[in-house]
Amino acid sequence: MSIDPGRVRAVFRKELLQFRRNRAIVVTMGILPILFLTGPMINLFSLTASADSSTVHGVAGSVLLLMLIVPVILPAAISAYSVVGERDQGTLEPLLTTPVRRGELMLGKGLAAVLPAVAVTYVLYAGFVVAVRLWAIHAVFSDVWQVPPILAEVMFAPLLATWSVCVGMAISVRSTDVRVSQQLSTLASLPPLGLAVLITFRVITPTVLSAVAIGLAFVVLDCLACWGAAKMLDRERLIVGRRAPRHERTGST
Amino acid sequence: MSPPDLGSRPQPWFVRRRSGVGYRPLAWQGWAIAGVLVAAAVVALLVVHTSTARIVLVLALVAVYNAVGWRLSGPRPDPGDAAEEAPTVAVRKPVERTPEQLEVMARLRAEASMPPRRSPSGDDAIAVEGLTKRFGERTALDDVSFSVGWGEVFGFLGPNGAGKTTTVRTLGTLIAPTAGSAVVAGIPLTPKNAVAIRGRIAIMPEAPGLYPRLTVAENLEFFAGLYGLSDVRPRIEQALATVNLVDRAGDPCNSLSKGLRQRVAIARALLSDPRVLFLDEPTSGLDPVASREVHELIGALRERGVTIVLTTHRLEEAERMCDRVAILNTTLRTVGRPDELRERLFARSLAVTTVAPLDAPERVFAGIPGVEGWHPDDDGGYELTVSDPRAAAPALTRALVAAGADVISISERRRSLEDVYLELIDEDVEARRP
Repeated sequence: MSIDPGRVRAVFRKELLQFRRNRAIVVTMGILPILFLTGPMINLFSLTASADSSTVHGVAGSVLLLMLIVPVILPAAISAYSVVGERDQGTLEPLLTTPVRRGELMLGKGLAAVLPAVAVTYVLYAGFVVAVRLWAIHAVFSDVWQVPPILAEVMFAPLLATWSVCVGMAISVRSTDVRVSQQLSTLASLPPLGLAVLITFRVITPTVLSAVAIGLAFVVLDCLACWGAAKMLDRERLIVGRRAPRHERTGST
Repeated sequence: MSPPDLGSRPQPWFVRRRSGVGYRPLAWQGWAIAGVLVAAAVVALLVVHTSTARIVLVLALVAVYNAVGWRLSGPRPDPGDAAEEAPTVAVRKPVERTPEQLEVMARLRAEASMPPRRSPSGDDAIAVEGLTKRFGERTALDDVSFSVGWGEVFGFLGPNGAGKTTTVRTLGTLIAPTAGSAVVAGIPLTPKNAVAIRGRIAIMPEAPGLYPRLTVAENLEFFAGLYGLSDVRPRIEQALATVNLVDRAGDPCNSLSKGLRQRVAIARALLSDPRVLFLDEPTSGLDPVASREVHELIGALRERGVTIVLTTHRLEEAERMCDRVAILNTTLRTVGRPDELRERLFARSLAVTTVAPLDAPERVFAGIPGVEGWHPDDDGGYELTVSDPRAAAPALTRALVAAGADVISISERRRSLEDVYLELIDEDVEARRP
């Protein structure tokens, strides 16, 4: 399937413009992570120098875990809206009558959901590390400023976000109601988080090799999810609600 | 010549906040600068260990940001910017145009009525053979065949559920036919050719389908990107000039009336300069003035040689706008020019109205040359089937006068496309009755 970068860019730009003009999305992107992190952060900064290492480790781990939930939750809500939202506002049919291929459409929409979510996550993480360095006790900084949590955050944020977006879009393609789509997407995007939890809490102690292996497994999983989501975006099903029999289908267009 | 500005200005990288304090990034370059400065702040905070130095560094970076923002910013947001931030509030200033802009608009309007564009080949724009579409057990289209010539305005008529929209969607590669073949815009309708076909045609569905939070220009820019068009701005201006909406380019679509949205949708359809344009109920829900504007647009497109397939319920619209019409009711009932259909379906007739009923009409009408039959009509007059109304009328007048009838009128009865339509659809209803 060939991809025209110009069309992907057009979809991407349009999606970002829409998000920017949608106050609900802007507020969600800004407020939700802060709400998530406020409580654990207070706990973290309340730790005194007398706190034992297991307490420090537990509290720091919970904050880092919540940091990994952000790239799962945020794009899930956005991507779940991506197709059913087009249908909702009556723009789906005009969109599908253009030469855009389904892969281009999915890629443009997917990137527009993944990149802002990953950016928000990285900014939050950077802010968190800086805050810990400035105001938390040294034991906390020592716990946070290590390869495993940094690797987990940097590597798994985009991978989890991609998974979340693909699942969200697949559900959005099949859904007829925006809210149901968003709720199902959020639920469906959570399972891979389990692995990240194990790494964050060091149940699986990540070496560089194991981290790369798990990362690659995630990449494969993400590719499969993207492929599945793109396959599900069938013009006929989107327009008339049912897919044409196999011999009638219009291929990968 | 560079494209006219048409009321907009180059986008600055930063813009002063509406509160008047500080600047916020507006273009991606602004965001990039802000990102670099934030990253620099993070690195500096991690590297520097003394609190005073940290505070000084942060303040210095904030100062740098504001200096850059001030240097690269546009003016403080005006009402237009406010409309951009809160698109539900439609704020529109009267647009003042330079002579150059007016000249460009006049040129674009003139181009909209260019001489007809003809296909390089003599083949049909659309050729459909035995097209059938079934949704499970339900047949939406059954063995439909027709062709549309290049530059023709072709009308699709039929009751709800007749398969008009299914035909358009099938030809537009949105849904796959169950059987049959077609050539659309000169390209065979196959899965492999779907993208190429969609690149040559444009479909305007019944609902305008515009992104409400985006401006008119942003909507068109998006679709221009999907068609992979170059020189986007002049094309958008040309399309907007064609529908007389150049001065609304910066308005959010959710602030437009239904008629204006329909015009934007037409502009969108014209953006790619399509060889074949499908218009699905283009005047649905529009007031008479807006409908007339759409009709004028269709007329202008016809002049340019764009092949138009018009789906409509409005029979007078089809009769006025279309070179040929097809009446569809799952199967294709008929295709032809409106006057041709009238002649094909209805015998030519003369309507006679008299002050009082004739005593013996059979004797009066018998033997008049050209009169093939007669029957009383619903208004108390008579309808005579004739081979040639112009030849039969004088003899008929003489016969009526000779019979002592007080004649009010003798006129040729003209059948409308509506009569043709109702006749055919009634036949279907009768045929389906158990």
